[in-house]
Amino acid sequence: MAEALFNIFVFPGFLFVAAFGLTAEYIDRKLYALMQNRIGPPWFQPLADFIKLSAKEDVVPQHADSLIFKLMPIIAITSILTSFFYIPMWGSNALFTFKGDLVVVMYLLTVPTLTYFLGGWYSRSVYSMIGAARCLTQLFAYEIPLFLSILAPAMLADTWSLSGISEYFSTHPWTILFNLPGFVIAIIALLGKLEKVPFDIPEAETEIVAGAFTEYSGRLLAMFRMAIDMELVVGASLLAAVFLPFGLHYGPAAGFALYLVKVLFIIGLISLARTIVARLRIDQMISFCWKVIAPLAFLQFLADLILKGVIK
Amino acid sequence: MPERDVKLTIGPQHPMLKEPESFLLTLRGEKITDMTVRLGYNHRGIEKACEQRTYIQDMYLVERVCGICSHSHSTCFIQAVEEIAGLQVPKRGLYIRTLVAELERVHSHLLWLGVAGHEIGFDTLLMYSWRDRELVMDILAIISGNRVNYGMNTIGGVKRDITPDQIPQILTAIDTLEERTKYYIQVGTEEITLRERLSGVGKLSKEDAMRLGAAGPTMRASGVNRDTRRDDPYGAYGELTFDVITDDHCDVYGRTLVRLGELMQSYKLIRQIVRSLPAGPIAVKAPRKIPAGQAISRYEAPRGEDVHYVKANGSDKPERVKLRAPTLANVQVVAHMLKDGYLADTPIVIAAIDPCFSCTDRAIATTNLDDGRKDRMVWPALRTYSIEWYSKQGINFTELNRKLRTMRESN
Repeated sequence: MAEALFNIFVFPGFLFVAAFGLTAEYIDRKLYALMQNRIGPPWFQPLADFIKLSAKEDVVPQHADSLIFKLMPIIAITSILTSFFYIPMWGSNALFTFKGDLVVVMYLLTVPTLTYFLGGWYSRSVYSMIGAARCLTQLFAYEIPLFLSILAPAMLADTWSLSGISEYFSTHPWTILFNLPGFVIAIIALLGKLEKVPFDIPEAETEIVAGAFTEYSGRLLAMFRMAIDMELVVGASLLAAVFLPFGLHYGPAAGFALYLVKVLFIIGLISLARTIVARLRIDQMISFCWKVIAPLAFLQFLADLILKGVIK
Repeated sequence: MPERDVKLTIGPQHPMLKEPESFLLTLRGEKITDMTVRLGYNHRGIEKACEQRTYIQDMYLVERVCGICSHSHSTCFIQAVEEIAGLQVPKRGLYIRTLVAELERVHSHLLWLGVAGHEIGFDTLLMYSWRDRELVMDILAIISGNRVNYGMNTIGGVKRDITPDQIPQILTAIDTLEERTKYYIQVGTEEITLRERLSGVGKLSKEDAMRLGAAGPTMRASGVNRDTRRDDPYGAYGELTFDVITDDHCDVYGRTLVRLGELMQSYKLIRQIVRSLPAGPIAVKAPRKIPAGQAISRYEAPRGEDVHYVKANGSDKPERVKLRAPTLANVQVVAHMLKDGYLADTPIVIAAIDPCFSCTDRAIATTNLDDGRKDRMVWPALRTYSIEWYSKQGINFTELNRKLRTMRESN
């Protein structure tokens, strides 16, 4: 019981993911700044922002649905945290694992986007509602390529459990090279999930202020921002587990260090992507995802299917 | 997407806008079906204030019409005054005026490039171009002592001379900027997302540009070959060679290319000016009282053609000053360009005219919320209204006014 509580709240639970999330946000912002010829924030800036926001007043708009408005940030954090327990960090075993946890993780990672939608929609502000509608529109565009690109390695490993995928690829290391196109697709789709440039359309500042989060303030906004930071870490961990499963058998310490390196590498790629491109329009984003990314993901899926037949 | 029409107000306070202005968009999904612009949030009564001050004071006041193209407004105003007074500005003075004007164009266009990048979520472009803008700001500070309101002009010439040791500094900065601008041209033409976001957005055909009276780069990007610097030369432009940049894209992408091309022309002009700076005095002495007369002065500001009208009555104060900032010519065009566009394109379409709303507002009309009646007040009525409004608040100026009058009379 005590161990379970420790796992949930401290390590690798809430405290660890929160701290890692804030660090990830700092690294992302610092890299972004350095690539833009700026100095960037000090290391404690994300934490300071969190504390500052938590100390501020929560304002619930008069016409908003108070219950949903307040509940959504909590659901977002909870679902992200839950999905993290099924992702292997060091070694090839996650904290919890069962057959088919891949589907559960993907499902749990969809929930935050739905909470952004609901939170924004029930804010009853025009900016929030447009942002919420864009959230959902975007969800349908990136979710399919992300699912397909992650299912391809699962197909090859012949298991629907993340730990199983890690285990398979750490014993067949060369096959992972085959999934590199899938890795690129997954990174692009992850940019959409995390709402980062070029896919930050739902919260495009110059158009709709802060999108779905326009009416949020105080603790609730702090929670949403924490959820986004955690989503960054969990999303990066997921890709690291599926696409970069090497060096898993050097013991916990080395494995953990390697895990951090892998996640930071993916975060670095995300920062790079948002430095070098402009924001797309929602129609451009959808046609790009459906006409370019989704077919490529499907090809990757087919290729893995064929490779599986060749190996067996 | 909600299928019913949504009314979205952008402004007067919105992250997209740098100055208060209001745009009411009617949206169907992401498409804009209708749009209205409301001007007048920045009316400062500058024209009226000019009538109550001397020409020298007005020069400083007019310089503060705009924070970016301050030299444009002050030069435009002074050209009109000089024309009425029949002053012949020495050549060196004209060259220095033109030099500051071109440096100002460089800093204004670099600023625009950054803003445009920010509006489409490309903050890297903003950071880069604003970093480079510092170079030209430094040069302006070296020449005039100020970064924005240079205070270089005076009636009859300029106030500060260019010293020989400033010339190499200017040339080095221009060399660096030229290299960077070439890089931006490369980014603008090769970066896919940037091109995707700018192409085909905010279409304005040549006919519409002429019909709606667009000005500056907005007009030239629609293929209209018109530039006051060439068509009606002022300052030293008549003796300098440069090309007028036009483009046939007729969209925001074309406007970007025109501005980047104009940057390259500005560097060319600045080099010509500092290399052929004539010797001699920089100003002639101007009379305090300007003889009666009137003049219209035209000036190609970074944002388009600036027009000033001055009427003198023989005293040391002008009788009437009328300013038309280029944004006023372009703001009607925005409504046309946004029709049937996407909400996501609104920021960049509005930004693409390089709006300067504070400079534009010359009048204010109020709408009575109770009966929808539109009010316009003439000067005495406004005065009476303000006296009544203050006395309702318990503030009475009658006694103070009487004291002021007796003080004046005793003097």
